[in-house]
Amino acid sequence: MNQNLYHYILTIADTNLILGQRLGELCGHGPSLETDIALTNISLDLIGQTRSYFQYAASLFDEEKTEDDIAFLRKEREYRNVLLVEQPNTHFGYVMARQFLFDVFHLMFLRELENSKDETLAAIAKKGIKEASYHRRFSSDWIKRLGDGTEESHTKIQEAVNNLWRYTNELFQMTEADVAMVKEGVGVNLEALKEPYYETVSEVLKEATLEVPERKYFQKGGKEGIHTEHMGYLLSDLQYMQRAFPDMKW
Amino acid sequence: MSDKKKNWPLWEVFVRSKNGLEHRHFGSLHAADAEMALENARDVYTRRNEGVSIWVVESKHITASNPSDNGELFEPAQDKVYRHPTFYDLPDEVKHM
Repeated sequence: MNQNLYHYILTIADTNLILGQRLGELCGHGPSLETDIALTNISLDLIGQTRSYFQYAASLFDEEKTEDDIAFLRKEREYRNVLLVEQPNTHFGYVMARQFLFDVFHLMFLRELENSKDETLAAIAKKGIKEASYHRRFSSDWIKRLGDGTEESHTKIQEAVNNLWRYTNELFQMTEADVAMVKEGVGVNLEALKEPYYETVSEVLKEATLEVPERKYFQKGGKEGIHTEHMGYLLSDLQYMQRAFPDMKW
Repeated sequence: MSDKKKNWPLWEVFVRSKNGLEHRHFGSLHAADAEMALENARDVYTRRNEGVSIWVVESKHITASNPSDNGELFEPAQDKVYRHPTFYDLPDEVKHM
């Protein structure tokens, strides 16, 4: 099996899966019925994309594997999602800041992945671009609303952006798998996305009358399977059914 | 949400399900402004592929007839069958009438 390709797919797919799970936690708990449905839609978009990636990943194995095996039966250290997306929902400001900081990256990334030499990845990316465009529009709008809203919403969204900022740099960290895949014309050169990413993010933050954090020290580890303390709880929810009733179907 | 003043205003949503058809009233929702109303309408009413175009209008801008006026507004039309174009003999060659 092409280990680099497998790891490469996992980083993309796990990031979608874990963010989808986080948003799924809000189902029935959104601040308004309309927002609740919107967040659940985004969650389902992300999980739909995850399925495509995992089906592809499962097909790389010599032995029989399914998308469910990959989604539900790995241990914490085997998940390769970025740390940003596993951060808890804390309050609506965090949900939107996390979403926004991811969406800007996600859309840029998919637009590059669409040109991958790997036809499957290119096709998944192409399909995801329209979804990601809407996500970005939705979360950017909310950043502006909350930032340029009341004093309280401004303070809360600024706090969320400040706290999540430390996880943004990891989005551009090139792992061994990334380097190998870029060499083969399959993967995206993440480092090239970094500058345009921070430019776009800063523009929106400024429009939202928010401060762009000046932090120079960043957290990383997710792509190597080293996660924050929140990940274990998230996985115990995510994996509960498969662990309690192995091989269950519905 | 119990404090009424804090509620977002109500919007009516009209969706055109196919090109060539007219927009139809789909329901209502709450939103802070028109832009948010459009996004909410997209998420609430078109998530199962129902639409190709959305209109939203704040409910307060709709003037509605009063149900207590129904007598004078609608009953006079009930016995005027001659207003229906049903008194013509159509030739068989004319289809789709």
